Amino acid sequence: MIEKIVRWSRLRSPWILHLNTGGCNACDIEIVDALTPRFDVERFGILLKATPRHADVIVCTGPATRQMKDRIIRIYEQTPDPKFVMAVGACAMSGCVYRGGYNVLGGIDQLIPVDIYVPGCPPRPDAIIDGVVKLLKKLEQTK
Amino acid sequence: MKRIKIPVGPQHPALKEPISLRMTIEGEVIKDADIRLGYNHRGIEKLAESKTYIQNLYLTERICGICSHSHTTCFAQGVEALLGLEVPKRGLYLRTLVAELERIHSHLLWFGIAAHEAGFDSLFMYTWRDREVVMDILEIISGNRVHYAINTIGGVRRDLDNSQKGRILEGIEFLKKRTGYYTNLGTTEPTFVARTAGIGLLPKEKAISLCAVGPTLRASGVPSDVRKDDPYAAYSELPFDVCTADTCDVLARVVVRVKELIESYKMIEFIIKNLPSGDVKVKAPRRIKEGEVVSRYEAPRGENIHYIKSNGTDKPERLKVRAPTLGNYPATIEMLKNGYVADIPLIFAAIDPCICCAERFVEITDSRGYRNIITMNEIKRRYPSRHINKDYIWPL
Repeated sequence: MIEKIVRWSRLRSPWILHLNTGGCNACDIEIVDALTPRFDVERFGILLKATPRHADVIVCTGPATRQMKDRIIRIYEQTPDPKFVMAVGACAMSGCVYRGGYNVLGGIDQLIPVDIYVPGCPPRPDAIIDGVVKLLKKLEQTK
Repeated sequence: MKRIKIPVGPQHPALKEPISLRMTIEGEVIKDADIRLGYNHRGIEKLAESKTYIQNLYLTERICGICSHSHTTCFAQGVEALLGLEVPKRGLYLRTLVAELERIHSHLLWFGIAAHEAGFDSLFMYTWRDREVVMDILEIISGNRVHYAINTIGGVRRDLDNSQKGRILEGIEFLKKRTGYYTNLGTTEPTFVARTAGIGLLPKEKAISLCAVGPTLRASGVPSDVRKDDPYAAYSELPFDVCTADTCDVLARVVVRVKELIESYKMIEFIIKNLPSGDVKVKAPRRIKEGEVVSRYEAPRGENIHYIKSNGTDKPERLKVRAPTLGNYPATIEMLKNGYVADIPLIFAAIDPCICCAERFVEITDSRGYRNIITMNEIKRRYPSRHINKDYIWPL
């Protein structure tokens, strides 16, 4: 019974943590854009949270720089279970133009498991919302 | 009272990007601050050496996602200067048009963030809703919302037609009305004024000696603007004023940016009405002849400098980027001093920091291979003293 309530509430209101792992700001701005009146993901109950301890979904942007490496893993570990990772933008998927740079690891999935990828450089807010909806469907299937 | 050190960041609620501030506080007053960088360093300058000039246009665009047009224009201008290319008038005008639209989107974005940090969230939502109008205009012109990719070496890649012109003017008309409302609100709303007035003081002399740039410098009463001082693109033909304010605090930075918005609307209307006819670009060769060049550009955040050295091939030998935020860091430390801990996000947001722009790295190695690392404190100590010494000859 309680499990059911927990699952229901998680589906109705996933809280996200925005984590910039070395991105160029474009994806970050588009994520914030998705939260503001034109696109408004808050209607799905999605709230931007400041600390990993409150978050269900980590939204990553950027190609994962060496300096951020330990911090990304630490933030992932601080997030309570069950946690989901969303990689927004071509950088977070594979490194985009920065691929081959000496300080770039090339993709978030080199460090932490990723549940959903949103392609684009940067993806439009509509694409980010689409990604969120697909993630919610995935949440439904897992128990 | 005992001094305590508190770290802020790299992942911190008040900061949208990874940067680490180490504050030395006494009670609730900040006595000293230190900025740690490098979380966002991607090695762009090194990557640029392995890409051709055309590829580099797309790389420099991705130095920053907010002022992406600034970096490509700065880079393209430099390469055009190396080639001795003359860009057609229409191309220059379109470049300037996108530059001003970008300034509007960046300033509206900043105004929202500043309102958010001041605890005025409804204003944040208002400005970001209106910002969508500019994003739509940019999408009409270039096909993209953020990385416009409109510049190419020798001009721009897309032309404007009449229906697009009409839609741009419609959008600007709407934004003008909204900006009138913000001007009124930003300068008369008592809670907002009380939160921003007298905070983050940066006196005129300090602003000059610490090499602040852009709206931060102009808010301290120094009328310095690359668009006026060293006109590039079409700015020498456009009617506009350099906006300044003289209260030197966060409120002054708000006022300067809102004034700049109004100037930008004026410029855009002028460009649309006086767009010269002709081609938008000229063909550029792939190989660039040997030489070096410094290119300057007034980005929304201040002066942006690119240094390009070419060696006769189709790849640059060296690209150096000095983004405006880097020039503003020493001034930020000055602003934070003697402020309160609660004001950190507001003061920091007031310079409109773009951390990913400023993540450059230099390693100085002497002939014996000995590494020499200069700390931020060292730079702070050295530079003001040089400025005071009038006889000092600056290397350049």
